[in-house]
Amino acid sequence: MSYEEVIFYFVAAVTVLGALGVVLTRNVVHSALFLILALLAVAGVFILLSAEFLAIVQILIYGGAVTILILFVMMLTRVRDMPQALDGPQRPFAALAAGAFLVLSVLAALSSDWPGETREITVVPFREMGEALFRDWAVPFEVASLVLLVALIGAIVLARGEEGE
Amino acid sequence: MPFLAKWYDLRDLGNAVGAFLDWIRDLGGPDWIPYVVSGLIGIVAILLWLLVSQLAFIWIERRVIGRMQARIGPNRVGPWGLLQPIADALKLLLKEAITNRYADKPLFWLGPVLIFIPALVVFAVIPFGEGMSLADLNVGVLFVIAITSINSIAIFISGWASNNKFALLGSMRAIAMLISYELVQAFALLGVVIFAGSMRLGDIVAWQSEFNTWMFLLQPLALVAFLIASAVEINRSPMDISEAESEIVAGYHTEYSGIKFGFFYAAEYFAGFAVSAIVVTLFLGGWTAFGLERWVPGWLIFLSKLYLVFFLFIWTRGTLPRLRIDQLMAFSWKFLLELLFIHILVVGAEVLIWHEGDYPAVVVLPIFAVINWTLAVALVVGWATFMGHLRPERRAKRAVLTQELGATYFRPAGGHGTGPMGEA
Repeated sequence: MSYEEVIFYFVAAVTVLGALGVVLTRNVVHSALFLILALLAVAGVFILLSAEFLAIVQILIYGGAVTILILFVMMLTRVRDMPQALDGPQRPFAALAAGAFLVLSVLAALSSDWPGETREITVVPFREMGEALFRDWAVPFEVASLVLLVALIGAIVLARGEEGE
Repeated sequence: MPFLAKWYDLRDLGNAVGAFLDWIRDLGGPDWIPYVVSGLIGIVAILLWLLVSQLAFIWIERRVIGRMQARIGPNRVGPWGLLQPIADALKLLLKEAITNRYADKPLFWLGPVLIFIPALVVFAVIPFGEGMSLADLNVGVLFVIAITSINSIAIFISGWASNNKFALLGSMRAIAMLISYELVQAFALLGVVIFAGSMRLGDIVAWQSEFNTWMFLLQPLALVAFLIASAVEINRSPMDISEAESEIVAGYHTEYSGIKFGFFYAAEYFAGFAVSAIVVTLFLGGWTAFGLERWVPGWLIFLSKLYLVFFLFIWTRGTLPRLRIDQLMAFSWKFLLELLFIHILVVGAEVLIWHEGDYPAVVVLPIFAVINWTLAVALVVGWATFMGHLRPERRAKRAVLTQELGATYFRPAGGHGTGPMGEA
């Protein structure tokens, strides 16, 4: 076994453990922290593929921003009053949705055409990525940021609306 | 040993390590061994340097702050109190590390461990001298921003696991501040990246050395914004609101004692050194100093600059009073961020003009420097006037939060109502 394989299996094991922890722990905060673990381990896979930029963006967005938002919401809401995961009448629907997604991803994994044994990893230079994003595909990028801006303003309007003006 | 023969140039520590690694490579064996060995050498060297600097700076900081506050400072242990940091460390080691009964045990243990990681890992990309960085990533600046953002997870864990309302309040404040000032940090660094045209920290230093300038001469506003954001990031006065003793005991590490508290204390210093190292690399020319690097080892220049920047943080701590949380948040979102947006726009336009027109750098860069300095002063003064900050408030206002919570306050009978601190 080469050292790349050792690293890969280690990172993959951490990812799977983290993902299992998300669904299996009863404490909501522990679930959120396991989610961070799983997402950071995925960054390890990206590093193994020499996609440094993608790995760092993964850490920045998922490790630093998204999960912190989840944790922050937990601190602001009264999560301590209900530390157990919620159970309700939506349970069968949730099971159905999760099962359907599982079937879908297994089918996708089985039907896709994997490149097989590769020795070469194509490294996309950082500069080219920037040029593609901001020159060739500038309009879709701007549209995406416009959507985010709309969401931001909407959130502010909703939060301010309670003051009754 | 044969590798000793290549230790001819003491100016460059990387040279000696390089010779050592070549020797290991020549010994044979799997190809990953040199990587592991070089990683271990780098980690041990950086950790030793950090610990020694930390011990020195605990003493320096306490003496300097004492001097600024017109008292003597530590002077009992050893000559001039020089052994005080060692006595402190021994005390922290020997004291009992209490875990309170209602704490979340595994997370309570994990908090102080995790707080170390970002502060240490940042040093992996810092070039201490020419070619003297552990990992010369091509996305170094982004790496720095991403890794420092991990800090907030550790702060959340330690604050939440303590099961203490002051700890939770402290970590809430800390995370709110970290999120707000992360943007400021990123935008301040973006200006530097636009000018240098690279995210590799070594390239940015090389750029500054090539054009014989330091980045802060070209972008003063970015440096000031980054320094302020960094002071928030490393929790130093006047921005240490998340551990304000007078308000919430000690913030997120209220419940920690003994060596676990020592971890937080040490991590704060490590983060301070990390931030100073970033400032030196990106704004103050890194290991170069206008040709001095030919006579003095580059890492010595780098370290002296780093200690000067860290001294700046100590200085502000001794000089300025602590801010209020709403002031600090408003300062990030309503002041610094707007100025940096305009700054980025101007810097981008300048680089565009430069590269389109193909002007010589000697002509263009001084003009840019003059433009940016005037712009920085005009923006700060103009925006402060626009926001009404330039004239100090005559009547002290209470914090918005206190008003919303409906706190009672003293109203003199017959007088027109002013706050407890207000003038009649």
